Amino acid sequence: METLWFWLVSVMVAIYVVMDGFDFGAGILHLVVAKTNEERRQVLGAIGPLWDGNEVWLLAGGGSLFLAFPKVLASGFSGFYLAMWLVVWSLMLRGISIEFRSHVQDGLWRHFWDATFAVSSVLLPVLLGAALGNVLRGVPLDGTGYFSMPLWTDFQLGPQPGILDWYTVLIGVFALVTVAAHGALFLAWKTEGPVHLRAKHLAPRLWLLVLVVWVAASAATARVNPAILHNLPGAPLAWVAILLYLAGLGLVFVGLGRERFLLAFLGSGAFILGLLAASAACVFPVMLRSTLNPAFDLTALNASVGGHGLRTGLVWWLLGFPLALGYVAFLFRFHRGKVAAAEEGEGY
Amino acid sequence: MGDPLFWHRLQFGFTATYHYLFPQLTMGLALVIVIFKALGLRTGEARYSDAARFWIRIFGINFAVGVVTGIPLEFQFGTNWARFSQLSGGIIGQTLGMEGMFAFFLESSFLGLLIWGEKKLSPKGHFGAAVALWLGSWLSGYFIIATNAFMQHPTGFAVAADGTLQLTSFWAFLLNPWALGQYAHNMIAAVVTGSFVVAAVGAYWTLKGIHPVQANLNLRTGTIMGLVFSVLVAFPTGDIQGKLVAKHQPITLAAMEGRFESGPRAALTLIGQPDVTMHKIENPIKVPAVLSFIAFGTFSSNVKGLLEFPQDQWPQNIELLYYGFHIMAGLGTLMIGLMALAVFLLWRGKLATTRPLLWAVMLAVPFPYIATTAGWVVAEFGRQPWLIYGVLRTAQGSSPLVHAGHTAFTTLGFAGIFVVLSMLWLFLIGRELAHGPESPAH
Ligand code: HDD
Ligand code: HEM
Ligand code: HEM
Repeated sequence: METLWFWLVSVMVAIYVVMDGFDFGAGILHLVVAKTNEERRQVLGAIGPLWDGNEVWLLAGGGSLFLAFPKVLASGFSGFYLAMWLVVWSLMLRGISIEFRSHVQDGLWRHFWDATFAVSSVLLPVLLGAALGNVLRGVPLDGTGYFSMPLWTDFQLGPQPGILDWYTVLIGVFALVTVAAHGALFLAWKTEGPVHLRAKHLAPRLWLLVLVVWVAASAATARVNPAILHNLPGAPLAWVAILLYLAGLGLVFVGLGRERFLLAFLGSGAFILGLLAASAACVFPVMLRSTLNPAFDLTALNASVGGHGLRTGLVWWLLGFPLALGYVAFLFRFHRGKVAAAEEGEGY
Repeated sequence: MGDPLFWHRLQFGFTATYHYLFPQLTMGLALVIVIFKALGLRTGEARYSDAARFWIRIFGINFAVGVVTGIPLEFQFGTNWARFSQLSGGIIGQTLGMEGMFAFFLESSFLGLLIWGEKKLSPKGHFGAAVALWLGSWLSGYFIIATNAFMQHPTGFAVAADGTLQLTSFWAFLLNPWALGQYAHNMIAAVVTGSFVVAAVGAYWTLKGIHPVQANLNLRTGTIMGLVFSVLVAFPTGDIQGKLVAKHQPITLAAMEGRFESGPRAALTLIGQPDVTMHKIENPIKVPAVLSFIAFGTFSSNVKGLLEFPQDQWPQNIELLYYGFHIMAGLGTLMIGLMALAVFLLWRGKLATTRPLLWAVMLAVPFPYIATTAGWVVAEFGRQPWLIYGVLRTAQGSSPLVHAGHTAFTTLGFAGIFVVLSMLWLFLIGRELAHGPESPAH
């Protein structure tokens, strides 16, 4: 049961990254790929109906973590206190900039929200990537199950690292490049005209960058958390996940070569899912690693609520999850086809 | 000031109170929009669809602010109340998770269709989107109220050997009697907010003499709904809430009423100032035996006073509870009176020409917001000193290692963001009001 919930939570988080990832990517790139007001509105029109639903994956994933492994949530959220609020404020400003930009037809107003949208879209993947980096590297958990970390110390690894050190920043940059590349494929798929052309032009370059940073990030992870490599041979799920991300990567390049952007976009989704699943499989059952002593690790076993609560949660989870997927399918179907900028006052 | 607990409480209370300013209008308007859409569909009259279109635009702006102010709250369980989350996550995580799965997905998926989809959807399809949003927002309300009700009156759980709370009965937890009562009262209060806003806009346009058809429609709808729901908020639902408090949180009731001595035939204090050090109410105006009746259904019941309980179980801020409760109930009475008068004049066909009353209806918009906020202050401060009533003290629920300075600093950050959000909200809503009901496409 604990193992199952470990995977349910991981799946929710991975879906969140894939889904919100493409609208982060659109936000990162929009100043570059969309120059005129018309083009910016085309980008917003593509993600506008979807972004809030994408974000709900984070809330629902957080809810699943809360329900099954409250110790991990309590320890992680309070330990990353300041970084958490940077994430939250970025989420708030980003949501507002998407929703309010089109309400007023004024150049300055729109420039302001464009900039807010871009900055928050860059900050979020860096911060969330750094959070993942912290989970992989470990945090100074002690016997009480809690820790407290400054935002940064000397950017070195060690028993008392900061939330940002060279490793977590590297993972943050990897996340940034990856979602930007993911978003470029989404835009190439969903738009036409100049935005489409620019996204198409950028996408292969971004994907080459992904490959470079990916190699660096993987090498660094193997050094920072050797247990991951060590666990790999005994984790069959990790091999499945590796196959998935390799296949995804293949699809990205095949899709790009043939200008089949939906295919490439699905490929990049599989790449992200696979990467996250492989990491999860290799760290399992550890959910929050202690840099002080492995005995203080919070794991799927010692942090779970166990028993009746998990079984009950599973029942409604099994009802809710297909429903959520159903909404996603419905939305994509309803908004199928290329997006053109809406008339003023009629949409994003 | 150096006490982290103080700042955690301030931060949570501040952000939750601010958040709730928006969902109450969302949930109230969601019902209003469904009603207008349904009438439009049935009668085929354009004025109903025009009204719905106007309120959907307001709804969209308000909803966006509700969403972004709600996100931090979800995080605060972990950041500010880590020990509480650690102990009770297996229980309240259920409702918070279900809220995401069943309510937020529904709302976020249909919001775009409701706001921008009228042209693309059939009239029935658009009505369907309105219903989905109404269901989603009201469902979200239930899950969050059920979470809060567990803190007010925990049910369906057991304390395990390691101190964590374990779910023993899902249904006892989900269908907590406190949750049912609180939900009814709170949702009706949200419709009151929605109705007062609709009525006020109708009154404003009537006073200015613009958009006559819409002014009339909104004034009628707002005042009639306002009267019905203002009555319902007091009776039966406010009454049910009162009885729940009397039964399960007798100390809170004593504090709300400023009652120090126990005894039968308890009097209801209408006005007066509590003096907590002297254990009495100054300058009171009382109605004999009525409190006994309200709390327990007979005039002779014994209503306990604060002195009956050890002081370490008293809520810390008795004055605030007393005033909060009296503000809520007082405004509730006033609001019933105002709407009754308005509906009476409406019936006689004189409302549109009675300018002083139109002014009053227009300026009464803050009343439901104040009453609602006061109600939450009563509920949340009344729960003190417990975080989970009778189970976990507030002082034992906060995050152990977060510094007061961090919380103080981020609270200021929130204050800054909230100022900006408030200005944006006022600016955009103001523009919509100035723009009026006709959509730019027409
Ligand atoms: C328009 C808003 C409004 C109005 C006019 C009233 N209330 Fe209320 N009340 C609320 C809005 C509200 C609320 C915001 O919805 C609360 C806060 C927590 C909750 O669930 O509902 C609440 C809570 C609340 C509580 C619970 C306190 C606790 O949990 O400790 C009681 C006993 C009452 N109300 C009683 C009344 C009575 C007797 C009223 C008579 C007129 C009344 N309310 C009017
Ligand atoms: C389900 C919904 C809610 C939950 C789970 C919740 C939870 C909490 C928690 C954990 C605290 C801090 C602990 C404490 O001081 O008792 C708190 C305090 C507070 N909450 Fe809520 N809250 C909810 C809804 C609301 C709403 C909607 C409002 C206001 C409109 C509100 C107003 C406050 C206030 C004013 C405090 C500070 C009280 C104090 O200092 O003790 N709460 N609430
Ligand atoms: C501490 C308590 C609360 C938490 C953690 C919370 C959390 C949230 C979150 C995360 C959202 C955004 C959802 C999205 O992205 O679509 C939201 C919106 C919403 N919340 Fe809250 N909320 C709290 C209190 C309340 C209360 C007491 C109610 C009503 C009874 C309420 C009703 C709603 C509604 C209807 C929405 C939809 C958006 C809107 O109305 O503006 N919330 N809330």
